[in-house]
Amino acid sequence: MTSTAHASPGEIADPSIRSARLARLASLPLKKHAHPWRWLSGAFIIAALVFVVRAFARGDIEWSEVAAYLFDDRILEGLGQTVQLAVICTLLGTAIGIGVAVMRLSRNPVASSVAWFYVWIFRGTPDLLQLLLWFNLALVFPTLTIPGVWEARTIDVVTPFVAAVIALSISAGAYIAENVRGAIAAVDHGQLEAASALGLPKRSTFRKIVMPQAMPSLIPAIGNHAIILLKLSSLASVISYTELMGSAQEIYYVNARVVELLFTIAIWYLVATSLAGVLQYYLEKWYGRSNVVTRTNSLDRATARVLNRLRSGTKGA
Amino acid sequence: MSTATSAQPMVQLGGIRKSFHHLDVLKGVDIEVGNGQTICIIGPSGSGKSTLLRCINHLELPDAGVVVVDGEVMGYTEKKGRLVAVRAKDIDRQRRTVGMVFQRFNLFPHLTALENVALTPRQVLGLSRKEANALAEEQLARVDMLSRKDAYARQLSGGQQQRVAIARALAMKPKVILFDEPTSALDPELVGEVLQVMKDLAAEGMTMVVVTHEMQFARECASEVVFMDGGRVVEQGSPDEIFGSPRHERTRAFISRVAHETAASG
Repeated sequence: MTSTAHASPGEIADPSIRSARLARLASLPLKKHAHPWRWLSGAFIIAALVFVVRAFARGDIEWSEVAAYLFDDRILEGLGQTVQLAVICTLLGTAIGIGVAVMRLSRNPVASSVAWFYVWIFRGTPDLLQLLLWFNLALVFPTLTIPGVWEARTIDVVTPFVAAVIALSISAGAYIAENVRGAIAAVDHGQLEAASALGLPKRSTFRKIVMPQAMPSLIPAIGNHAIILLKLSSLASVISYTELMGSAQEIYYVNARVVELLFTIAIWYLVATSLAGVLQYYLEKWYGRSNVVTRTNSLDRATARVLNRLRSGTKGA
Repeated sequence: MSTATSAQPMVQLGGIRKSFHHLDVLKGVDIEVGNGQTICIIGPSGSGKSTLLRCINHLELPDAGVVVVDGEVMGYTEKKGRLVAVRAKDIDRQRRTVGMVFQRFNLFPHLTALENVALTPRQVLGLSRKEANALAEEQLARVDMLSRKDAYARQLSGGQQQRVAIARALAMKPKVILFDEPTSALDPELVGEVLQVMKDLAAEGMTMVVVTHEMQFARECASEVVFMDGGRVVEQGSPDEIFGSPRHERTRAFISRVAHETAASG
């Protein structure tokens, strides 16, 4: 309706403007674009969706089983492990990423080449491969030793959980390093000059000037990685770590309800990744409070609307 | 030369040379700034005046020559007949004695006006938050910006931002302040408020080195005017000498050109 609504005609109040043509043009109603293709393509996509949903509803899936396993203890336990793994790897990956980015930007050629090499290796090989290598570290080094202080069998130290944390953090760190590098490089050079001129030490400059200004453009990237890690953690099932995917597998190996359980955990993955998105929204808002960088897209606005509605809803209740 | 000898030197530049990619920007510059003096450096674009200013606090490292601030060699220490580069933390300490105000203000956009001023005292002088804020409020009051202490840079006009930037420099109690074309990025109606703050500082006896295109300011406030062209000091003297009876043809040409432009725009 609104797209075809006619605006009311204008009227020229200033009597000194006597051009008849201008008066006639100003009095004409305005008609906005109608966008017929949006309506048509929207209808087509809805039809396609209905077809897909109907097909699945009629297919050979026991939907009651999907619901029944949703709050199964083993599934919830697996969910907890998945979230734990993703949170730890996001934090470690960010820490590694910042460190490597600083090395990469350093004037010290040794530090910067080491950082380049790190990114090259860990961004250039599959996560699954890295995971298997870390898990099988014992084949290379049967024992881990700090001479005279500590010694242990590698198998006892590098458990599936530890292998997953190391592999996923290091791999995420390589990606995040590149994001951090870009975000730091985008901070205005004048900021560094102002800090130098004030005699602010390098460390303080980095902590108080550079990072706070790099953060707003970095948060979306880190949020993105948190979501990727929530999903990538499913790889850990391969090294017999029972996160969400592993738990589902353990159940369906026994009862053969493969697709039902996959749908069950798909729901949980969606819940987890959506919540990560909400968290990201708040972080962006917090770091963007001085409006150094303002970036909003329609999805952000939609998230903001939903959150506002939820908040006003709880307030009203 | 006449006035420079009367005061104790605060900043001395000797034989400063600087080139960028084989382009000689400074070809040997000697300047002395007495304690409490206001030196205005004028000259056409590309004459090297901003580079010279940035050499004083080592934002640019001179290829040759020395900068001495209050008796201390910037960036070097004398050892066994050589000047040896000092460590980063020492150059940071030296830079704290030299304030700087930039053409583009360079306020920290993620901090409020108060936080901009309080940050460095808090970080390097070991002041508590309360002490640093008190110091910052005092400096903001000096530039008449106390009422906007909680504003972020984007909420302030260019003139207001520049005044906060001056307060930020003042908060470190510098021995000299460098101004790098402080009014060039301002809308014409905002230039006056910044110049007024600078005039007040000059009157209070702050040592200042000002690179500027504001000839009126130079005429009124400078103890000494330095005219630079082609990477060298062409002429130096009192405002009356430089503006009234310049000795060099290039100075004369520049002054009359600028005067002409000012008359045309005003």
